[in-house]
Amino acid sequence: MIDVKGRFGAYGGQYVPEIVMPALMELEAAYDRFRAEPQFLSDFDFYLRNYAGRPTIFYAADKLTKHYGRAKIFLKREDLLHTGAHKINNALGQALLAKRMGKTKIIAETGAGQHGVASATAAALFDMKCTVFMGVEDIERQKLNVFRMKLLGAEVKPVSSGTGTLKDATSEAIRHWATHVTDTYYLIGSVVGPHPYPTLVRDFQKCIGEEIRADSLGTFGRLPDYVVACVGGGSNAAGTFYDFRDEPSVKKIGVEAGGRSDGIGDNAKTLSGTGRPGVLHGAYSYVLQTEVGQIIEAYSISAGLDYPGVGPEHSFFKDAGVVKYVAVTDQEALDGFKRLSRIEGIIPAMESAHAIAYLEKLMPSTMPDEVVVVCLSGRGDKDVQMAARAMGVEI
Amino acid sequence: MTRLEKKLSALRADGRKGLFIYITAGAPDVETSVRAMLEAERAGADVIELGIPFSDPLADGPVIQESSSLAVRNGMTTGGVLELVRRIRRESEMPLVAMGYINNLLSYGFDGQKVYDGYEKFVVDAKAAGLDGVILPDVPHEEAGSMRAISRRNEFHLVEFITPITTVERMRETCSEADGFIYCVSNTGVTGVKKLDFGVINRVARAARQFTSIPMAVGFGIGDAESAVAAAVETDGVIVGSAVVRRLLDGKFDEAMALIRSMRAALDQNYHR
Repeated sequence: MIDVKGRFGAYGGQYVPEIVMPALMELEAAYDRFRAEPQFLSDFDFYLRNYAGRPTIFYAADKLTKHYGRAKIFLKREDLLHTGAHKINNALGQALLAKRMGKTKIIAETGAGQHGVASATAAALFDMKCTVFMGVEDIERQKLNVFRMKLLGAEVKPVSSGTGTLKDATSEAIRHWATHVTDTYYLIGSVVGPHPYPTLVRDFQKCIGEEIRADSLGTFGRLPDYVVACVGGGSNAAGTFYDFRDEPSVKKIGVEAGGRSDGIGDNAKTLSGTGRPGVLHGAYSYVLQTEVGQIIEAYSISAGLDYPGVGPEHSFFKDAGVVKYVAVTDQEALDGFKRLSRIEGIIPAMESAHAIAYLEKLMPSTMPDEVVVVCLSGRGDKDVQMAARAMGVEI
Repeated sequence: MTRLEKKLSALRADGRKGLFIYITAGAPDVETSVRAMLEAERAGADVIELGIPFSDPLADGPVIQESSSLAVRNGMTTGGVLELVRRIRRESEMPLVAMGYINNLLSYGFDGQKVYDGYEKFVVDAKAAGLDGVILPDVPHEEAGSMRAISRRNEFHLVEFITPITTVERMRETCSEADGFIYCVSNTGVTGVKKLDFGVINRVARAARQFTSIPMAVGFGIGDAESAVAAAVETDGVIVGSAVVRRLLDGKFDEAMALIRSMRAALDQNYHR
């Protein structure tokens, strides 16, 4: 393996069929041009503010703080964004980029459906045709989001190959892209995939951490002691951590899905468990795999976290000790889901509930004069049906 | 010279076209796949591509996705493919090239270390087993660097790709470092597509000719004798995968061999000195 462009240490790269290389080069050139262009940045900023609802609220969770009686807890309310999660930041950024590149069609993959909804939304806003690839298992688990995507004018393509989940939807999106590469923009949903995607998705999400910095300085006059975010592919975590990457005083904690056990196929602990570096979906990064290199399907109660890979920059952060990666189980996440609902009147997405759940472990070791910021990446409406089932309630 | 180079130069000297047959190792089952490889040679195949099955074959269409996941379930691994190569070598000296995805090779000989790169061990063991090279559809030219050096040092071919949308600059770079043969992808998309216009790739291959004399073979979308003849105009041969694999998966072994014979006959009828 050799270091070339688009690497985070040893991680990243462009492990894709030759047929998509020209498209990646075109994307890289376009992104290099537009990221420095004031008009593009001000357009992006305009839609973030006036359409998505940025900056998001920096909420002092006083009741949760009181519940633990330790450090002060703040929630970065990405759940209040249009479409209900941080995914809209990236979808708007990439759709604007696609539009500037003259593409008329976008494709996206989705697991929980949040990125699919965000992509369908951006496509409707910018008059583009949108096709979303979604595993048949996920379609079954997330019917509400499937309907939302269709309502927004997107076509949802069921993917039954492999295990019928996010990893297969991603492979199928890449295959479709390879076939329609000249007029189609692939709007990837997380900081994964071949270069330049991990970089550009992180750039479209880094407003989260930048706002946390400004919010912290404005609210309590210094940087927080801890920032906590859940990690599947890792886009809300990348957005949360990136601005603090060179701030050792800010301890960064990424929370993965511990699932139902530590057994093979029972969790999504790519960084905090048995994952090791390999190549999945175009990038060299930590991945859940067998000893002969077959990808292991990840499992989580949360459809947005059960991805067997992770963004290459997170792999770099792990090895460099920049971020600590941990995991909480399905049950702990479900308890966190209920706890935040009861104590603060906020129903979190099951993904975000993993970050909330980690407070059980983190808070006892914190001091009352410290500050913990949790990225509440999405709202939980989409998860209530599944949560009810997990709690044994018929609705 | 490797078996592959000898075969391709002999074909060129005779003005004939090479017939490359892809078969997923371990599908529909291990024994059938080995028998298919040996019988394919008798039916007229010049080169066999042994597919190393991967759980997530990004560049493959539905047929090879199906055969790959079946072969994974049958327990086929990279090490298992080298075992098949050793078996075939007891009976045949035909050129053998593996086709697979980088992750399986990175894991070859995995020793329990978290960060592990098995590519070099794979090349050394594969060469010793009698394999002539490897095709990695998820390793484009830019990522091949150190793997290319390792392969070359071991006289083991790491095959490069060109496609109808490869730019002239990249074509020049690819051709200048190509080894064994160049895999010309006939169209955008994945394996197993149907009804293609091979005029495009023929023009691309003709353009690539100014940069290299290395043999070229066209793959993707070749499913019958007619398309084999049409695809081979500007190159040294054609690669057939899904059409053969589909028949093997359906238990139509004899039909698969009949297809290979018909392609052989059509190629020889149209191209000879």
